[in-house]
Amino acid sequence: MIRFDSVTKGYPDGTLAVDNLSLDAPSGQISVLVGPSGCGKTTSLRMVNRMIEPTSGRVLLDGRDTASIEPAELRRGIGYVIQQAGLFPHKTVLDNIATVPLLLGRSKREARNRAAELLELVGLPQTLAGRYPVQLSGGQQQRVGVARALAADPPVMLMDEPFSAVDPVVREQLQNEFLRIQAELSKTIIFVTHDIDEAIKLGDKIAVMRVGGTLAQFSPPAELLSRPRDEFVAGFVGRDRGYRALSFASTGPLPLAEEPTVRLGDPLSAAREREKDGWILVVGQDDAPLGWLAAGGLTDEQAKGSAGTDLLNLGGTLATKAGTLREALDAALSSPSGRGVIVHEDGRFAGTVTASQVLARIETRATRLREGAIRSATGVCS
Amino acid sequence: MNELWTYLEANWTQIRGWTLTTLWLAAVPVMAGLVLALPCGWLAHRYRWAHGPFVSAMSIVYTVPSLVMFLVLPELLGTKILDPVNVVAALTLYTFALLVRTVADGLASVPAHTLATAAAMGHTARQQLLSVQLPLAVPVIGAGVRVAAVSNASLVSVASVVGTSQLGQLFIAGNNVGSLAPIILGLVFFVTIALAFDLIIVIITRLLTPWHKAVAS
Repeated sequence: MIRFDSVTKGYPDGTLAVDNLSLDAPSGQISVLVGPSGCGKTTSLRMVNRMIEPTSGRVLLDGRDTASIEPAELRRGIGYVIQQAGLFPHKTVLDNIATVPLLLGRSKREARNRAAELLELVGLPQTLAGRYPVQLSGGQQQRVGVARALAADPPVMLMDEPFSAVDPVVREQLQNEFLRIQAELSKTIIFVTHDIDEAIKLGDKIAVMRVGGTLAQFSPPAELLSRPRDEFVAGFVGRDRGYRALSFASTGPLPLAEEPTVRLGDPLSAAREREKDGWILVVGQDDAPLGWLAAGGLTDEQAKGSAGTDLLNLGGTLATKAGTLREALDAALSSPSGRGVIVHEDGRFAGTVTASQVLARIETRATRLREGAIRSATGVCS
Repeated sequence: MNELWTYLEANWTQIRGWTLTTLWLAAVPVMAGLVLALPCGWLAHRYRWAHGPFVSAMSIVYTVPSLVMFLVLPELLGTKILDPVNVVAALTLYTFALLVRTVADGLASVPAHTLATAAAMGHTARQQLLSVQLPLAVPVIGAGVRVAAVSNASLVSVASVVGTSQLGQLFIAGNNVGSLAPIILGLVFFVTIALAFDLIIVIITRLLTPWHKAVAS
């Protein structure tokens, strides 16, 4: 556990970057520090590895005061990832990753073997091992940055906006892989971002900080969305928080409807016979849904052909059976047929739901939550 | 052309001896100057207060005419006026004066965030300097060393005025006998030596910075 114990960082001109911060970042979990620029989130992060020394208060790592540990030694035990990766331009990918093991006195061979393993863990091909950072894309550099931080297998990781310099598609990939790696390794992570969506996606707990370096709220994401403590947090979390909170609600058993399907390449005449309300779902050889076909609008002439990918409407999103209410609702709302496509974990088609069915489920859940909230509120009052 | 060849053949033994002397008179100061400039350049970079005075003092040293230097140094060092050590000492001082600033600039050219990352990974101050900052400063330092080496090669010729026996003697000889051949020959030798030094330093710099090619392409 990383404990901030009344930590303050002030500057000689009297401004406070961090003002009396106390919070416990639990072991094996991701704690996200989020807030607008100037809220002291990066300063707080850097006080953990003593890149910045607090003016008062203490930072404790598993109960040990970091001020009592020699900085270089402390830092070798803490993985560190920053924006744009901060790779050493004069070292190859492999040598960048091997940095901390070498500092810890491992042999060059051992450090490089370890680096090669990590390359694989972060999803990079071994062919990149001998490249220099400038020869990599932004996303690849960021992966190398994560691999380098993990190289000495530190229990604690500090990540300062590691994914903010890459495009949204790559960012999402990196976030998903980061979560996959974390599920495997269970590091104690402090993650700084200014992006509340990223915070909600990655955080087990989220600390919202406000300008002036004070902590506004430290809660799990679902609670942050459903019960923001004040105006500032509510505003920062955003307008569509009601919808986003559905990301944390699992669908439970949905009333899946049977849906007629055709396979890619089947004759269109078959599609026209079996369509429902003008639409039919096309699946691949492996039963994975590929897209909707507007079979109701086919002329006799067109119906002589076969179902090809060029005819498919790809607008609908997919939701998994064990997914969240947000995914299920989105699948229904985005489907051109109005029937949301639900798939099994392995991607095979399972059935469809309508938006009203998902909404009914949301209503039931909301009612339950409201009753719970009233009970706990009256419990507090009495 | 023929005349040059004849002169070269007639004086070959002497010219060969002069060439060797010129080579070491030009090369040794570059190495010695660099070795001295590295720690001092680091000091000038590390301590901001030292940077201004240091760099100004070195600029002044660099403006002292080489002839004056060759004449004054024997007094200061207690050496004989014809001793080649005077030339080595003078040129070392010039190289040093030029490179202190280059080394300081080179160390300062390394981005602050790269150094901060190095610190955050757990490099000690010394490890940061040796395994991150210095390697990254090599392109800038290498460029400075090229300038110093080429200017050294030509400054060596001036030393012939005070009688140090090296290729500069060709210019004196040409002047004395009113012949162009030794002068042109001397010019060819000095240009060749300067270019050879330049090439060697470029090659060494490339070998030390395989990553730099990747940055450029």
